Amino acid sequence: MANTYTLIEAKTLGSAVASVTFSSIPQTYTDLKLVYSVRNSGSADPWYQVLIQFNSDSTASNYPYRYIYGLASSAGSGTGNQAVGYSVSASATASTFSNGEIYIPNYTNASNYKSISGDVVNENNASTNIVALYATLWQGTAAAITSLTLTQNANDFVQYSTFYLYGISNS
Amino acid sequence: MAAGATYEPIATTTLGSAAASVTFSSIPQGYTDLVLVNNAKSATNGAALTIQFNSDTSTNYSSTFMYGDGSSTTSARVSNSSAGVYGGRCGTEFSSGITHIQNYSNTTTYKSIVSRGSDATSAVIAYASLWRNTSAITSMTIKNESNVNFSSGSTFTLYGITAA
Repeated sequence: MANTYTLIEAKTLGSAVASVTFSSIPQTYTDLKLVYSVRNSGSADPWYQVLIQFNSDSTASNYPYRYIYGLASSAGSGTGNQAVGYSVSASATASTFSNGEIYIPNYTNASNYKSISGDVVNENNASTNIVALYATLWQGTAAAITSLTLTQNANDFVQYSTFYLYGISNS
Repeated sequence: MAAGATYEPIATTTLGSAAASVTFSSIPQGYTDLVLVNNAKSATNGAALTIQFNSDTSTNYSSTFMYGDGSSTTSARVSNSSAGVYGGRCGTEFSSGITHIQNYSNTTTYKSIVSRGSDATSAVIAYASLWRNTSAITSMTIKNESNVNFSSGSTFTLYGITAA
């Protein structure tokens, strides 16, 4: 039996970049899972949104989401477009990164819109911590996902941020 | 380390037409945990999945959950349910869920289940559930909690995870 859980590609940033792209994603798996550890280069806000784009679809409204979050002192829920997680900012405790996972079932399906689950945590022994769960839908087209790009709503991913894309096979 | 992969697919169901339920039976007992991944839709929006084990229709199920619908957060629980534990999510667009069942073959303890559901059109949700039965899980039946059909194209995949 072929491996169920296979690393497709790993990226570790040697310097800050605005975006990370996995292109030419093999179409031989069933689901995709992206595991990331990131930190934002900016400090104007305590966190920055991690945004996703598939293939050439850069229209934010094609990626509606709902999310729930906890800030230790409060919890809330909201909606928006394109986000799948959070990145801790440069004002957070040094050497701390946000850690998240993005799961995309049936990514090669060319008939259905894609449902994306995003989970992210940031604990840096300070007041600016967050844990959040996202439900995002790619409804721009029902095409198979051949490329995946992560950006943020501002600034860069810093050096040492990591991104691991896995393929999961159901047979 | 025992032979074989750590994470293996056990079975997959892809609906060719609408169906009221999906059942995985004769679940192998050689793994440590089970993971159910669903990508499903139904005619009714905003529904959880219910999962019954071993055809148990007694009031042996309970779930505590929290969800966000985009404007508010809620936490609640269901006790002594006969419908099954709650898990995953199903909406009018394809929604997804990941349900993790620890130590499913254990014959000493009740079964704990952790689940995550994502439906961008209605809610994001997390569940902690319990099946108060010490039997090993040999089958599971999945339904939409609103008792409406899953749509054609819905998929359900069961994986086994081996701890050693």
